[in-house]
Amino acid sequence: MLEIKNLHAAIGGNEILKGVDLAVDAGEVHAIMGPNGSGKSTLAQVLAGREGYEVTGGSVRYEGKDLFDLDPEERAREGLFLAFQYPVEIPGVSNTYFLKAALNAVRKHRSLEELDAVEFLQLVRQKMKLVDMDESFLSRSVNEGFSGGEKKRNEIFHMAVLEPRLAILDETDSGLDIDALRIVADGVNKLRRKDNATIVVTHYQRLLNYIVPDRVHVLIDGRIVRSGGKELALELEEKGYDWLESPKQIRVEA
Amino acid sequence: MTQSSEPMEWYKTRFDLSEKSLNGGAASAFHALRRKGMERFSALGFPTTRHEEWRYTNLAPLSRMNFDPAPAANSGEMTKTEISRYMFDGLHTLVFVNGRFDSSLSDQSLAQKGVTARSLASMIDAQPLLVSERLGRVASFDQNAFTALNTAFVEDGAYIEVDDGRSVDGPVHLLFISTANNPSLISPRVVVRVGKHARLAIVESYASSASLPCWTNGVTEILAEEGATIDHLKIQTESKSAFHISSTQVLQKAGSVGTFTSVVLGGAIVRNTVGVVLDAEGCRGTLNGLALATGTQLIDNHTSIDHAKAHCESHELYKSILDGNAHGVFNGKIFVRKDAQKTDAKQTNRTLLLSDDATIDTKPQLEIFADDVKCTHGAAVGQLDEDQIFYLRTRGIDRAAARDLLTVAFANEVVGRISIAAVRNRMEELVREQLRLGRQN
Repeated sequence: MLEIKNLHAAIGGNEILKGVDLAVDAGEVHAIMGPNGSGKSTLAQVLAGREGYEVTGGSVRYEGKDLFDLDPEERAREGLFLAFQYPVEIPGVSNTYFLKAALNAVRKHRSLEELDAVEFLQLVRQKMKLVDMDESFLSRSVNEGFSGGEKKRNEIFHMAVLEPRLAILDETDSGLDIDALRIVADGVNKLRRKDNATIVVTHYQRLLNYIVPDRVHVLIDGRIVRSGGKELALELEEKGYDWLESPKQIRVEA
Repeated sequence: MTQSSEPMEWYKTRFDLSEKSLNGGAASAFHALRRKGMERFSALGFPTTRHEEWRYTNLAPLSRMNFDPAPAANSGEMTKTEISRYMFDGLHTLVFVNGRFDSSLSDQSLAQKGVTARSLASMIDAQPLLVSERLGRVASFDQNAFTALNTAFVEDGAYIEVDDGRSVDGPVHLLFISTANNPSLISPRVVVRVGKHARLAIVESYASSASLPCWTNGVTEILAEEGATIDHLKIQTESKSAFHISSTQVLQKAGSVGTFTSVVLGGAIVRNTVGVVLDAEGCRGTLNGLALATGTQLIDNHTSIDHAKAHCESHELYKSILDGNAHGVFNGKIFVRKDAQKTDAKQTNRTLLLSDDATIDTKPQLEIFADDVKCTHGAAVGQLDEDQIFYLRTRGIDRAAARDLLTVAFANEVVGRISIAAVRNRMEELVREQLRLGRQN
């Protein structure tokens, strides 16, 4: 589904990603872990198509297409979804209005009929249950005045409505208390299917107790320095990131 | 469109001509008021950018042209079907074509006890003394050339009076349509008195079916007596070649509550003045405004809130959305007089620039002479937020749709406050439509 090869990316001339390789297949959950400043969020933003990040080398193929040929909205319509680390507040635009516009843009792209107001409401009512949101969320402006936990739940709610093929969750656990974390993780788990995939970007192992990954990758200084099964996350929790530090040191030790 | 080296002379000559056609009527008390208006206009003249109040709004394109102040009476070319798109469900509508009341297009006269809503012309005929007493009481032309000019050429408009304690059933809509096929000066006058503890909601809308330049020079004066509630909304959707200068002047008495909203979408040069005097204790005045301009439009909003007495509140929110080469002007005066202790005044002015070539001149102007008051003001000018646009795009919404969505949201902070649902919904549609058209240009 997703194939990243030797990806290099810079922001303001400063190279952040220094050759990332990653392959994700349908039905899989991958976790990308790493210390602060290692490039985790940059990778998520580059995949979503954020302007200001310059791809300086390598390639990303998504569902057989060159990802960088697609605008951010085209990527979204093709089923790529980014749950933001810091969801953006949009005063004056109701959650319902926004989601209906988004869903119908996606459906149109997939040659499906656009939903009318009644059909849409039925759909969102059903999806809201996944993240335990009440109906007052629908009429409120997108993320405006939401608590940290409400914002993250809203991201997963968007994901539930848009049904992406590949979802990237960028630090979705940050700022969540244990109850909110459980709700968010439950939502993500219920959305898992054989034909979709999830990349969980996180600093802490905590979230991975609830969303169990098939593969865990450690990103340090813009490169994936180690990959393994879910037990790698536990090892990181125990030992921290220091023992992996930079690839150079590993080579010296070896 | 003949050019005149002396614009003042043109209007003076037109005035003399109109006076001759009045014959005996020229001696009436009401006409004396018109004559005073003409004298004052002659003395004040067209303001230029050398006048502080007109620094950013150059009226040369207007003063260069000779507008006919006596456009032909309705030739009957407007039909009920044609005006239906300017009407709102559930509103009692009086229609004015080229400034003159048209009873055939209007709703049946309002048959509510204690409520008068009729054409000013019919009122001048029926009770000239009462009208000459009321007209100009709130909107003085002493220092305002255009109010003087309106007074000089006033023929028609609306006269609304709500007796003490009465509440008008449903909003009154005054629809002014210009259809003239020669450059015309239209001088509508709206005179409103809301009695003690009475309630009125009124919508004034200005539209044009002609694409020829036309000049609307309107004056609205509102007297809100003790405990009265007035909700006034003015909508301007005239063509992009229209000139529109208007002044809404309000006098609020003790404990009255007034809301004055302006939405300007049309016009080549628009100067919209709203002046509210909170003349007794316990008044609340709310001013909301939205200007949406593109191309080479110039929209100038000048507001003034005069806290004359203690314990009054005012809230003001004016927003502009400017695209293309449009030019916006906002001047917001708040006076807090010596006696006006415990005043609570808040003014906010925000501008969204959608293009690099659009400009805004914004000037909050607070003059405070009392010491125990709360006054805040803020002016912000900005562009659409790229983080918000990106967020919307990651959900599948394209850049153009994202821009529209955010722009409509910006406008909705004002439009959403319109209390009449039918009008609010139409305004939302018009804002969307104008943005779509603006993008095609």
